[in-house]
Amino acid sequence: MGAPMRSIAAVVIGASTGGVEALLRILPALRGDASFSVLVVLHLPRERSSLLVEIFAPRCNLPVREVLDKDPILAGSIYFAPPDYHLLVDDGPCLALSMDPPVEHSRPSVSVLFESAAAVYGPHLLAVLLTGAGSDGASGLQAVQRAGGMTVVQHPANARMPQMPEAGLARVTADHVLTLEDIMSLFQALPCAGRA
Amino acid sequence: MNAVPPPSVDDVELRLLVEAIYHVYHYDFRSYARASLRRRMGAAMAHFGCRSLSELQGRLLREADVFTELLEYLTVQVSDLFRDPGYFRALREKVVPLLRTYPSLKIWIAGCSTGEEAYSMAILLREEGLLDRSLIYATDINPSALRRAEAGVFDAAKVPDFTANHRRSGGRSSLSDYYSAAYDRVIFDKRLRRHIVFSDHSLATDSVFAEVQLVSCRNVLIYFNRELQSRALDLFYEALCRKGFLGIGLRESLRFSSHADSFAEFAREDRIYQKVDG
Ligand SMILES: C[S@@+](CC[C@H](N)C(=O)[O-])C[C@H]1O[C@@H](n2cnc3c(N)ncnc32)[C@H](O)[C@@H]1O
Repeated sequence: MGAPMRSIAAVVIGASTGGVEALLRILPALRGDASFSVLVVLHLPRERSSLLVEIFAPRCNLPVREVLDKDPILAGSIYFAPPDYHLLVDDGPCLALSMDPPVEHSRPSVSVLFESAAAVYGPHLLAVLLTGAGSDGASGLQAVQRAGGMTVVQHPANARMPQMPEAGLARVTADHVLTLEDIMSLFQALPCAGRA
Repeated sequence: MNAVPPPSVDDVELRLLVEAIYHVYHYDFRSYARASLRRRMGAAMAHFGCRSLSELQGRLLREADVFTELLEYLTVQVSDLFRDPGYFRALREKVVPLLRTYPSLKIWIAGCSTGEEAYSMAILLREEGLLDRSLIYATDINPSALRRAEAGVFDAAKVPDFTANHRRSGGRSSLSDYYSAAYDRVIFDKRLRRHIVFSDHSLATDSVFAEVQLVSCRNVLIYFNRELQSRALDLFYEALCRKGFLGIGLRESLRFSSHADSFAEFAREDRIYQKVDG
């Protein structure tokens, strides 16, 4: 991949219906020596979400955490938004939570994460919008693009639910429209401590 | 990679706006978490039809009405009765037995919003037979939220969720014993209300006003940066009696408090702490 890839400080990922399966494929593809942080919003019914760490930690090369308010953002860690809170990147940068009303019928909302990350990371951000019903994430993707970040959308035909990727693509001309397979290769090509 | 861009025009404008609010209206949002503030100011700009925060600031400085409206954007009024039932269950099963040993009880609900947490606490204390010797101070900075809390009127559509939460919190009575229904509203019983004092108090600028046995401050600290969280936690430390209890939101922590070591985990999963000596 080209030169901009080398300065990625964070990857933000948004997913809804079908998201667990999609994430179970792409997150384990991240190398253990990744030099960027990974922030994930996944819509889930409230009770199910706290199992995320148990599901993903054993399968990933990077430590997986559910966010506690004002957590520092460590390179080489995967952070999940906790159930029923919005997740935002705050100045510092650190992670912040909010109980503001749902956005696009969602809390956590993908757009809230993407927009706040775009404001802090600007061009050093990679945003990935995956499968899901609804249209959460589309306006966030636009914010990422405006701030100069890189946008990736899962190919709607490859998504269990195409609506979220389609809504994203209706809003922006994404840098890449990829299958999960391609996203896995992209992740493996991202910068890591050994070869920054 | 430490790739943090220099402050943008938006950032500078936001900083100036909160300074202006502080100087003119004495509400201090200077140490609030920026990201949420930025989002909510975006919504406020759309509401007021302003193209920039500077334009909004201009109107704010000249029109007091604008500030009253803006305050609804600056603070977020979201709450539920018995929100996180497990928290109230832990209070009931683990904290109440110790609260019983006090001849009279004072409890501080900080950031009470429209009153749900205060009414939940009053109902819990009534069920445990402690309400008659209790006084609940419920404080917030949003005057319209405090007025709604005082009225004790809630949307009837929320009652099924409230009832389910109350049941899951270990509630022994029927929630309907505590309110009367009127059209699409329910009104909480004056006998609960008598034990609650709602008042204006800011964790950012005010000081301690009473000694209490329990502080419950949930989902308020998340809106603060680390320094302001530390200030708020100092107030709670000061307000609490020896061996008093502090409950916070499920995804909040005490780690930025200078007194973090003076609080022992009491009900870990439910984020309830006890003040210890030292
Ligand atoms: C999300 S609500 C939490 C309501 C309730 N405690 C709960 O958990 O359901 C946050 C509340 O904190 C209040 N708040 C914000 N800043 C405050 C401050 N400096 N001092 C006291 N309350 C504050 C807001 O007005 C709002 O009512």
